[in-house]
Amino acid sequence: MNWFISTLWSSIGKKLMMAITGLCFCLFLLGHLAGNLTVYGGKDLFNAYAENLHALGPLITLIEILLLFLAIVHVLTGCFLFYGNFRARPKRYIKKKSVGGRTIGSATMPYTGVFMLGFIILHLLNFTFIDKADQTSFQIISNTFSSPFYVMFYMIAMVVIGFHVSHGLWSAFQSIGANHPKYMPFIHIVSIVFSLLIGAGFGVLPVYITLIS
Amino acid sequence: MTQEKGEKSINLTVKVWRQEGPVVKGRLETYEARNISTNMSFLEMLDVINEELTLEGKEPIAFDHDCREGICGMCGAMVNGRAHGPEKGTTLCQLHMRHFSDRDTVVIEPWRSRAFKLVRDLVVDRSAFDKIIQAGGYISVNTGGSPDGNAILVPQEAAEKAMDAAACIGCGACVASCPNASAMLFVGAKVSQFALLPQGKPEAEKRALAMVREMDDLRFGNCTNERECEAACPKEISITNIARLNREFLKASFF
Ligand code: FES
Repeated sequence: MNWFISTLWSSIGKKLMMAITGLCFCLFLLGHLAGNLTVYGGKDLFNAYAENLHALGPLITLIEILLLFLAIVHVLTGCFLFYGNFRARPKRYIKKKSVGGRTIGSATMPYTGVFMLGFIILHLLNFTFIDKADQTSFQIISNTFSSPFYVMFYMIAMVVIGFHVSHGLWSAFQSIGANHPKYMPFIHIVSIVFSLLIGAGFGVLPVYITLIS
Repeated sequence: MTQEKGEKSINLTVKVWRQEGPVVKGRLETYEARNISTNMSFLEMLDVINEELTLEGKEPIAFDHDCREGICGMCGAMVNGRAHGPEKGTTLCQLHMRHFSDRDTVVIEPWRSRAFKLVRDLVVDRSAFDKIIQAGGYISVNTGGSPDGNAILVPQEAAEKAMDAAACIGCGACVASCPNASAMLFVGAKVSQFALLPQGKPEAEKRALAMVREMDDLRFGNCTNERECEAACPKEISITNIARLNREFLKASFF
């Protein structure tokens, strides 16, 4: 096998792929959140932001293709890891306790991941693949968030993403080998702060939007 | 028997995984451990049960052990869902019964991993670890006169870290406690103890590649940074060694 493929296919290689794609998604989340915060500037600012974004044309398409590629790598590698790990212990323990290493985030990674995949598909159907001819971006979001069920679902999804990222972010550093006693405590703190920022930052949006619509 | 100061006797209900061989079905069996001195070690408690079983003409519980001093790495079992039992940084042989209370129920299971085949009862075959060591857990040295002790200088910090990694006794608790049955802490420690020292540098790349490949071939799980291994490790080996392994492996692969 080619050295490149066999490296990526090794257990550490798969973790490397998870780490790099995951870190890219963290950057994306940050950018996405920054853009969405324009909602606090009112309808017009938000619509202007959306228009400017779409005006980027091919650049946006390129980023979309890149994100799709990253998503495919992240999800498929995650599936292989999950399956491999499931098979690594054919006979389970009757009694098993955590000795304190696991967190809610780390223990639920595959499940929060699947949930997020479902959420993201729905999210794209709601906001991206929608007829934008006769309504503004703000109308689209305020229409969607007019359903209290959707608002609930959205907020739950943001909590789930928060947990996923709380483990994912520091874990990515560990996977690429960047663990050093000097800065690992800092990375742990950044992960927690980042996940809170993402969870709360996105999570509060629908409430604010329903209030001003 | 005269009682020592502070010594108590406790009675326990012990549920042990019994399985006659690798392919037959196993089950939990319940035994009463009576009059167990709190000064006994966990393995001595099993010895007491085994003596009774032998007197009754029954097959004693098979379990691995050797030094009973916490240095050889032979002992180990899941006690109430924890590798080597409830005490931090303690092997099963060094776990004392004073950490249990009267009338406790104790569930004992063998290490579970696809790469560790069950031999009998609590005994598992950990030769997978030996295969990983054979793949690269050594340095090659020419024979001849003994070299001058101070010819190769080792920074004190590197020596300390290498020593911490070398504390690994290869018991397999990391694999057993890992939710993914991954052997990364073991391999991380074994790669680190050499990677940190000048003597290990010449073969560092070959070693990291070969040992990871062997680990993967043996079907250990994949590390997802759950950190259960370092919490369960009787030698408290840190996952910074896993990060070092990741680094060594990626460096060796890409550069
Ligand atoms: S018997 Fe040697 S470490 Fe426990």
